[in-house]
Amino acid sequence: MDRNYTKIWWQHCLAIVGFSVIPLLIVNLLLYALYNRIYTEKVSENLLNRVEARRDTLDLFLRERVAQIYTVANTNKVDDLNNEAYLGQVFATMHAKSDSYVDVGIIDKEGNHIAYVGPYYDALKTANYKNEPWFDAVMSQGVFISDIFMGYRHYPHFIIAVLIRENGGTWILRLTINLKNLDDIVQKAWLGELSDAFIINNVNKLQTLPRFGGEYLSSPIFMGFAREANSRHIPYPNFSSTVKTRVERMSIQGHDVFIGAATVRSNSWVLVVKESPDEILSPLAQGRNWMIFFTSLGLFVICTGAALFTNALINRIKETDRENAASSDMLLQANKMIALSKMAAGIAHEVNNPLASIAENAGWMKDLLAEEDLSKSPNFEEFDKAVDKIEQHVARARKIIHNLLGFARRMEPAKEKINVNNLLDETTGFLENEALYVNINIEKDYADDVPVITSDLSQIQQVVLNLLNNAFDAVGSNGVITVSSRYLAKSDEVEISIADTGKGMTEAEVNKIFDPFFTTKEVGKGTGLGLSISYSIIEKLGGKIKVQSTLGKGTVFTILLPKH
Amino acid sequence: MENAIRVLIVDDEDDFRETIVKRLNARKLQAEGASSGVKALEVLKEREFDVMVLDVKMPDMDGIETLRHVKKMTPEIEVIMLTGHASVEFGLKGMQLGAFDYIMKPAPINELMDTIGQAFNKKQGLV
Repeated sequence: MDRNYTKIWWQHCLAIVGFSVIPLLIVNLLLYALYNRIYTEKVSENLLNRVEARRDTLDLFLRERVAQIYTVANTNKVDDLNNEAYLGQVFATMHAKSDSYVDVGIIDKEGNHIAYVGPYYDALKTANYKNEPWFDAVMSQGVFISDIFMGYRHYPHFIIAVLIRENGGTWILRLTINLKNLDDIVQKAWLGELSDAFIINNVNKLQTLPRFGGEYLSSPIFMGFAREANSRHIPYPNFSSTVKTRVERMSIQGHDVFIGAATVRSNSWVLVVKESPDEILSPLAQGRNWMIFFTSLGLFVICTGAALFTNALINRIKETDRENAASSDMLLQANKMIALSKMAAGIAHEVNNPLASIAENAGWMKDLLAEEDLSKSPNFEEFDKAVDKIEQHVARARKIIHNLLGFARRMEPAKEKINVNNLLDETTGFLENEALYVNINIEKDYADDVPVITSDLSQIQQVVLNLLNNAFDAVGSNGVITVSSRYLAKSDEVEISIADTGKGMTEAEVNKIFDPFFTTKEVGKGTGLGLSISYSIIEKLGGKIKVQSTLGKGTVFTILLPKH
Repeated sequence: MENAIRVLIVDDEDDFRETIVKRLNARKLQAEGASSGVKALEVLKEREFDVMVLDVKMPDMDGIETLRHVKKMTPEIEVIMLTGHASVEFGLKGMQLGAFDYIMKPAPINELMDTIGQAFNKKQGLV
C-alpha cells in the first residue's frame, strides 16, 4: 500500500504543466511569428514608400534645376550670356530665390570658358573642359547631369550642363550645383539615430557623404552602427545596378539591417537607405517583451495552480489509501472472527457432549453417595469432596463453553428503541460503587443531539459493561474513565467511546485484542472471551468496534452503531 | 408409581442417556431412554409418555425432525429440547414447532427436574 507520493506528485504536476504549457507556448510562438511577419512586412513597405518619396524629391529637385537652366539657356542670346556682366545679372536672378547654384559658365565647343561667374574665377576662367568626360556627353545629349567629381578646384561637386545652339554654333551653359542641397534631401532620410542614407552612382561610388563611413567617390563602407564605429570596414553590397525600387532585410557580416534602394530617374544614381531593425522594429521588440511577460505570468499561474491542485489530489489519495488500509484491516478482522466463531462452535460442541456425560455421571455418583449405607464408609467424605470438585469444575467448564457459544451464537438481535445516553447512564450506574471504592472518576461527556437508535438494548449494555469492566481492570485504581457519546450526522451513526487512563497496550496486543482467549490479564482472571463476544455482538448489530491504545497512557474503545 | 411422570430421554450419547435415566428413576420418575429419533418414535408407538427430553443434534434424524413426527403422532406429549452446541436457535425453532422449552447441555439435574415438572404440570392442565 505504500505509494511513492512524491513521485506521483511530480508526475501529476508535470503532466498538468506540460499539457497546459506546451499549447500555450505553441500558440504564443505562432502568434509572435505571425505578428513579426506582418509587422516586418509593414515596416518594409513603409521604408519602401519613404525611399521612393526621397527619390522623388531628389528627382524633382534635379528636374527643376534642369528646367531652370534650360529656360535660361533658351531665353537668352548667347552673345548676351557671353558677356560676363550680363551673365552675372542672370546668375544673380537665378541665385536670388535659391541657393542651389555655386557658379555658372559658358563654354564654347572647343571647351574654353568664355564667361564665368562664381567664386572660383581665377581658377576656372582659364580652364579648358574639352577633355572632361561630361563635355562629350553634353555635346551629344544636349542636357547632362554629371556625377560628383573633383574637377579643377579639387573639391567634390557636380554640374548640370545644357547645350545652346544658336546661329549654327554650339555653346554649353554649365552650372555647378551646391552639394548641400543634395545632402539636405538625402539626409532627411536619416530618421532614426542609426539610420543612414546616401547616393551612389552606377559604378558604386558615393555621391553624398553617408552618416557612417565612406568618402566622396569611394565605395560606401559598412561600419555597422554608430556604437560599433571601430569595427572592420566592410563594403556595402553593390546597389548600383538597382532598377526597380526594393527593400530587403539582410545580414551584412552579422549585422541585421534593412536596406532600401531606388533609382533616381534623372540620371543613373541610386538612393540607398539603411535602417536598423532595432529602431524601426522597436514596437515589435516591445510587443515581444510584453508577450514574454504575460507568458511568464501565465506559466507562473499554471505552475502554482498545478501544484495546488496536485497537492489537493495527493491529499485525497492519501486519505483514500488510509481508509482502504483501515477497511482492509476491518475486513481481515471480520474474516478472522468468522473463522474463529466457527471453530469455537465446533470445539464447544465436541467438548460439550463428554462434559455432559461427566456431569451426569458425577451427579449419579453423588446420588449414590447420598444413600445411607455408604455414608458410613470411612472414605465417604473424601468421595463426597472429590465428586463436589468434579461438579465444581464441570460447572466452570460449562461456563466457558457457554461463553464460547455466546461468542459464536447466531441469534437474531432484538429491535428496540434505545436512548443511548440513558443506556450509558444506567450501565455506568452498575459500577459507581466500585468506582468510588478504587477511586476511579467516571466522567460523562454526552452529546445532546444523539438520536434514539433502534438496536438490541441488553446486548449493547453487555458490551458497554464489558468495556467498562476492562477499563476498570486497566486503570486499577486512581484514574479517569471517560464515557462519551456523539452523533455522526454524516454517516448517520452514533458513536460511543470509553476511554481509560490505564496502562495501555502494545501494537501487538491491540492487533489481537478481539481474538477469543486473548487476554492481557493474569492467568485465571479473564477468559479472553469478553471482547470477542463484544465484537461479534456489535458486528451482528451492524456496527463497528475499534480500539486505539497508547502504551502507558490509556486505551480508547469506540463503538459505532447505525441509527437503524 | 401410578402418578410418576413418564419421561423419554432421546440422546445418541449412551453414557449421558443411561446415566440421566438412572438419575431420574432415582428421583421417582419413570424414565426410559431411546438412542435415536427413529427408536424414540418406535417406543412412542408402543407406550405413552408425559414428557420427552429430545437432543437437537443427533445422527440420521435430528431433534427438529423427530419433534415434527412426534407432534404429528402424539400431540399431547410435552417436549423439552436439549441443545448442546451453538444451537440456541434450534432450541427456539423447536419451541416454534411446539416444544415446551429448551435446556442448554450440560444441564444440572435440578434444572432438568424443574423443567420436566413444569412440562408435566402443563400437560396435566391441558388434559
